[in-house]
Amino acid sequence: MDFKIIKHTGRFLIMIGIQLLILNQIHFSGFITPYLYPLFILLLPFNIKGYTLLLTAFFTGLVIDIFSDSPGMHASATLIMAFLRPAVISLITVKTEFDQDIEPRFDFMGAGWVFIYTLILIFIHHLSLFTLEIFRFADYGETMLQTILSTAFSVGLIMLAHILMGTQKKTKT
Amino acid sequence: MRNLINFITRHYFFFLFALLQVVAMMFIVQNNTYHRSFFINSSNFITGNIYRMQSGITQYFSLKSINEQLMEENTRLRSQIPGSYLSTDQNIFTFRDTLHQRQFLYLNARVINNSVRNRNNHMTLNKGRLHGIRPDMGVIGPNGVIGIVKDVSGNFSSVISLLHSDMQISAKIQKNNHLGTILWQGFDHTKATMLYIPPHVELEKGDTIITSGFSQIFPEGIAIGVIDEFEVRRGDNFYTIDVKLFTDFNKLEYVHVVQNIFLEEVDGLETQNGSGN
Repeated sequence: MDFKIIKHTGRFLIMIGIQLLILNQIHFSGFITPYLYPLFILLLPFNIKGYTLLLTAFFTGLVIDIFSDSPGMHASATLIMAFLRPAVISLITVKTEFDQDIEPRFDFMGAGWVFIYTLILIFIHHLSLFTLEIFRFADYGETMLQTILSTAFSVGLIMLAHILMGTQKKTKT
Repeated sequence: MRNLINFITRHYFFFLFALLQVVAMMFIVQNNTYHRSFFINSSNFITGNIYRMQSGITQYFSLKSINEQLMEENTRLRSQIPGSYLSTDQNIFTFRDTLHQRQFLYLNARVINNSVRNRNNHMTLNKGRLHGIRPDMGVIGPNGVIGIVKDVSGNFSSVISLLHSDMQISAKIQKNNHLGTILWQGFDHTKATMLYIPPHVELEKGDTIITSGFSQIFPEGIAIGVIDEFEVRRGDNFYTIDVKLFTDFNKLEYVHVVQNIFLEEVDGLETQNGSGN
């Protein structure tokens, strides 16, 4: 149990650190910023309690908000993503019962499943985020383009992270 | 009550989500000026529309009193205007400009010939010397300056339109009284050019240009047009201002001819001390 808390805390700190110190400085062609920190929510175990999931998502977003000076936006977007996570999981998974404490990773679910799962949820997250940022429905094409391009970058980054973590896990066990 | 609590605990996932989402939205609206102003503006938009709808309904009830007010206003204004279009021939109206102690006479006339497409445009009025029109009197229309009388015969007079290469009218910007000259550079009968405003003057699109009254031909404050565009051309030390004319020269009908009773006196004085032109 303690080990798990340390593992998640460490993961949280690393992802927030990478997000704030490196990725937030990147603006491809002016408006495309990749986001890695939603991976922390994506990686939470399947059997996590609903309130833990929502509160974790809210506070993760809030921490990002505090450091990137955008109060509430990341919190709201991450919260929406976390809220839809169980629905998405049951939508794309044949087997819906997860009694074990397993995480949505390559090892257990396979690369294809992880990719679809990441793509859907990251798209939801980015769409909410950019919509909140723009805060109006005019010029929606531009928001959509920003969402799609940023989603591509973020998903690529997250798959890369999965690959890196996967190999680490395999060498450990 | 217990049912309610049961309901909430059963669907706590959704309720917790909604609660946290509200908190996040509060953060967003409280801390971002743009989002806050958007919220306030959209609520103003809604309340404003409701108010407009309400006044759209209620204003019908006050139509009668508004009509009476307008009638009264019309009568008052009609008694103040120097010339009425409905008045018949031979009528002469006097208008005392108390600010400058100068007296102008207004005569109404009808345009019976007009042109706008030449480089130098003229028009003909249906009144002449017999009605009191003399050369060098100003001609103004319902919307502003039109031209200057050039020649008169017994019953007709020929007017140099503002749309003429020899025409220069002393004008000023209404808001700051800076003096310039209006002239016409051809082509477009809705636009004239104003020159000789120094570049330190702050101009804005839409500023009104009026006559200065310095030429003794037009009274002060007759409207000419509004600023459409302005720039300082390379090598010039004054603005070149495009002025959109109030008067549509293509559809003139009734005009006023302005007589300055003190024209000779002022001219004589100015010639005497050499300041006249």
